[in-house]
Amino acid sequence: MSALGIVGGVVQPVLIVAGSPLLVGVMRQVRARLEGRAGPGVGQPWRDLRKLFGKERISPRGTSEVFRVAPLVLVATTLVVAVVTPFVTTDSAVDPVADLFAVVALLALGAVTLALAGLDTGTAFGGMGSSREMTILALVEPTLLVSIFALSVRVGSTNLGAIVSATLHDPVRVISPVSLLAAVALIIVIVAETGRLPVDNPSTHLELTMVHEAMVLEYAGPDLALVELASAMRMSVFLGLLANLFLPWGIASTATPIALLVGVLALIIKVGLLGVLLAAGEVFLAKLRLFRVPELLAGSFLLSLLAVAASFFLA
Amino acid sequence: MSLVAVGLGGALAAGVLTALAAVVVPRRVRSAVAGTGTVVTGGAGVMAGVGAMTGSSLSVALPGLLPLSGVSLTLDALGGLFVAVTGGVAVAAGVYGISYTRSHGLDARGVQVVFPLFVVAMLLVPAAASVGTFLVCWELMALFSLLLVVAEHRHRPEVAQAGRWYAVMTHLGFVAVLIGLLVFVAHAADDSFPALREAGRHLSPGAAGLVFVVTLAGFASKAGILPLHAWLPRAHPEAPSHVSALMSAAMVNPGVYGLVRVGFDLLGGGTLWWWLLVLALGAVSAVYGILQAAMSTDLKRLLGQSTTENMGLVLVGVGAAGVFATSGNRVLAGVALAAALLHVINHAAFKTLLFLAAGSVLHGTGARDLDALGGLRAGMPQTTAAFGLGALAASALPPGTAFVSEWLLLQALIHGLPAPGATGGTAAAIAMPLAVAAVALTAGLAVATFVKAFGVGFLAKPRSAAAGNAHESPPAMLVGMGLAGVACVVLALLPTLVLPAVGTVSGVALGVGDPAVSGAVTVRLAGVAGALSPLMLTLALLAAVVLVVGAVRVVAARRARRAARLWDCGGGPMSARMEYTATSFAEPLQRVFDDVVRPEQDVDVTHHEESRYLVQAVEYRRKVPDRVERRLYEPVLAAVAAWGRAGRRLATGSVHRYLGYGFYTLCAVLILVAVTR
Repeated sequence: MSALGIVGGVVQPVLIVAGSPLLVGVMRQVRARLEGRAGPGVGQPWRDLRKLFGKERISPRGTSEVFRVAPLVLVATTLVVAVVTPFVTTDSAVDPVADLFAVVALLALGAVTLALAGLDTGTAFGGMGSSREMTILALVEPTLLVSIFALSVRVGSTNLGAIVSATLHDPVRVISPVSLLAAVALIIVIVAETGRLPVDNPSTHLELTMVHEAMVLEYAGPDLALVELASAMRMSVFLGLLANLFLPWGIASTATPIALLVGVLALIIKVGLLGVLLAAGEVFLAKLRLFRVPELLAGSFLLSLLAVAASFFLA
Repeated sequence: MSLVAVGLGGALAAGVLTALAAVVVPRRVRSAVAGTGTVVTGGAGVMAGVGAMTGSSLSVALPGLLPLSGVSLTLDALGGLFVAVTGGVAVAAGVYGISYTRSHGLDARGVQVVFPLFVVAMLLVPAAASVGTFLVCWELMALFSLLLVVAEHRHRPEVAQAGRWYAVMTHLGFVAVLIGLLVFVAHAADDSFPALREAGRHLSPGAAGLVFVVTLAGFASKAGILPLHAWLPRAHPEAPSHVSALMSAAMVNPGVYGLVRVGFDLLGGGTLWWWLLVLALGAVSAVYGILQAAMSTDLKRLLGQSTTENMGLVLVGVGAAGVFATSGNRVLAGVALAAALLHVINHAAFKTLLFLAAGSVLHGTGARDLDALGGLRAGMPQTTAAFGLGALAASALPPGTAFVSEWLLLQALIHGLPAPGATGGTAAAIAMPLAVAAVALTAGLAVATFVKAFGVGFLAKPRSAAAGNAHESPPAMLVGMGLAGVACVVLALLPTLVLPAVGTVSGVALGVGDPAVSGAVTVRLAGVAGALSPLMLTLALLAAVVLVVGAVRVVAARRARRAARLWDCGGGPMSARMEYTATSFAEPLQRVFDDVVRPEQDVDVTHHEESRYLVQAVEYRRKVPDRVERRLYEPVLAAVAAWGRAGRRLATGSVHRYLGYGFYTLCAVLILVAVTR
């Protein structure tokens, strides 16, 4: 546990918690402008959160502790990922946890608790949302792990710090076929995991098309605020992971204030840019039918498999 | 006397004495006596196993005990691991059985006598040191378990059918092991394992391959590996629940033990294609098993199918270890085998817990069908907690047990990609990514399966009156579940307690000196840059939860929680019939994997008699049959039945004709002898 790691472990979660609602605000604003609307402004998600935290807590009748604990676990898993993943600094505060598999599994754990909460309500919507979310999760997993395989082969480790440092020292790798194929596969996976178009529509409230929104339908007040915050954080974490796995430049590898400042700014710029691109892309997309989503995911799986094949045959 | 001798002797004595005691004691105390005796037997087994894993070993030869070959027992480190696992499962199942058998009318002599003997037979299989002893113990294990499976055949007709399937399949497996080992023995000086080990070095590749494939078929059928899995989801759920736990958590392991013993130890490693075959069988079983489980709505059947999945994962590890060992990378092979063996231990822990919890559900509600359960968290909170813990462990998520072993397995597979351009590495280069994908898909489907089992079965509203009136189980059953739960938690947080020993065992089995895995808090792998600390991960997660709770306290308004109606679209209170069921939960997955599972659907529309345009009733039936069974077993069964009918024409009932058959056969034999002489 180095000084750099500890600084990263403090700065990163603060940055992610404070910045992720702003990222969501930026993405909504970009979409609004491209669709010819004025938009509510970048700070709207934070204003929503403040309003929700000020409301009373509501427990729907017939729900249990699982329902009440799920938002806490969801935020906590994302927070742990925000602490251990190299976003701002190459060293991790808790290095034996900064493993790509562990990070992926932690994010899945968050999704699972929310799915259980959806089932716990005993409503048709809750069950529907969890069922769909779990189907997508099961299909995303192979792509995710095989992409990790492709990325870790050249480094010989699945430790995130090691992968990021290796890319930092050998920039040519970024334009290798392995990296490009894995990057495309991961982008599709991230779109599915964060519930964006064309897999899920975050702004829908039409019951039959909902996935994420159906699961959280019963949440209100501070609980809903936590769920919303966690969704925003997951989005930032996924985009940050994508950015630093493939374009890690700017990340601090020494514990000097200048380096850290550059690291923070680089992360903000990279994630912000990715978010804007994602939002701009969504304007041109319609939601896929749920049963067409597996085809998309199968395509991304093929790309990740090609990435691994490329790492063996083309190197 | 060493720990191993005391343990193994104690287990044998305790088991046999318990069986004898169960015959004589009155019915009132029989369950308690048999349960306690089984706990002692299992505890002694754990002692022997741990002793063997930590270095001491035991060899006993009793030439006079059995005719022809005698009995010889040797407990080494590899066998010790399996003995310890079996012993541990027996302890939990024994405690649990005290109450379970009494309340399910299973305290007649039959079950109570056979149960401890079954444990003893399972403890002896990994300790056998000659082919004769091994086969006798193997068959005893099969027979005792068969008697236990059919224990409830008077109450439910399915039990008898399951018993028939099990009897046939287990004996076909036995015959395969028998043939394979006899071919092997024919090349050796005698039937002891040291002699076989010596012979294994000089065996021709063809003969060795034959021995391996035939024994693999036998061992795979015991472990429930495709395509010989058909008996497992039938027999395991139909047995009484504590026996299910013992079968699913312990009795499948001898299949893995036999494979490792014969493949690595006796045959000395073999060639690449053997292990690619094992790897492929494992991967296919893992994916198919969990896919069947994801579609299943019967709680115990789901758990049985998940056993096929987990044994598949173990075989992926064993196969990968073989691939690495034959290509010269023995250190990595050690890691892969350690992952497989750790998964055996983890699977035993969480499968015991899950089956015992399922038995508790059966006890509290009388139902196994997930579509009729739900809302059990109110009536049976401890069982719900136990099943939740087991489900977390089984779905390979942190901080669960299976996460550690699957992480280890994935590390081994990822580092198994040969160096770019290496000659002869193409097979491994294709196999490893596919294996990773299979493990990943299995993990993802396992998450969906256990979210379904836990979420639909225990959360939400009760879907039937039985589930609504659920009551918690008696203390002995809770203690049994508690023991298994503690094992799960310890293995999840501190796998480093067992991993060094497991690493040593895998090193010994592969003939590598160094242990494959080390570390006190953080798991570190030999020769591979990989480290993981489940304890620190869990602590970080707990710290984060505390932090979030604290932050919410500060930020959120301090107003009391208010109960409110669920959102029902303004349509009045919602009934349990509006809930998602296990069937509906699995429907999207079923659609996605339509081509693999081939569900059979049937829609019957009854029209009104006045007009075809008015519908009176619509009936919808859906069944997800086991496709392998449809395509592979049913044609064979049909062919056997056809041969039987054809053969019936030969047997007319006339004694003269039968005498004639005898005469002609004798003549034919004599002519054959005269010609060949």
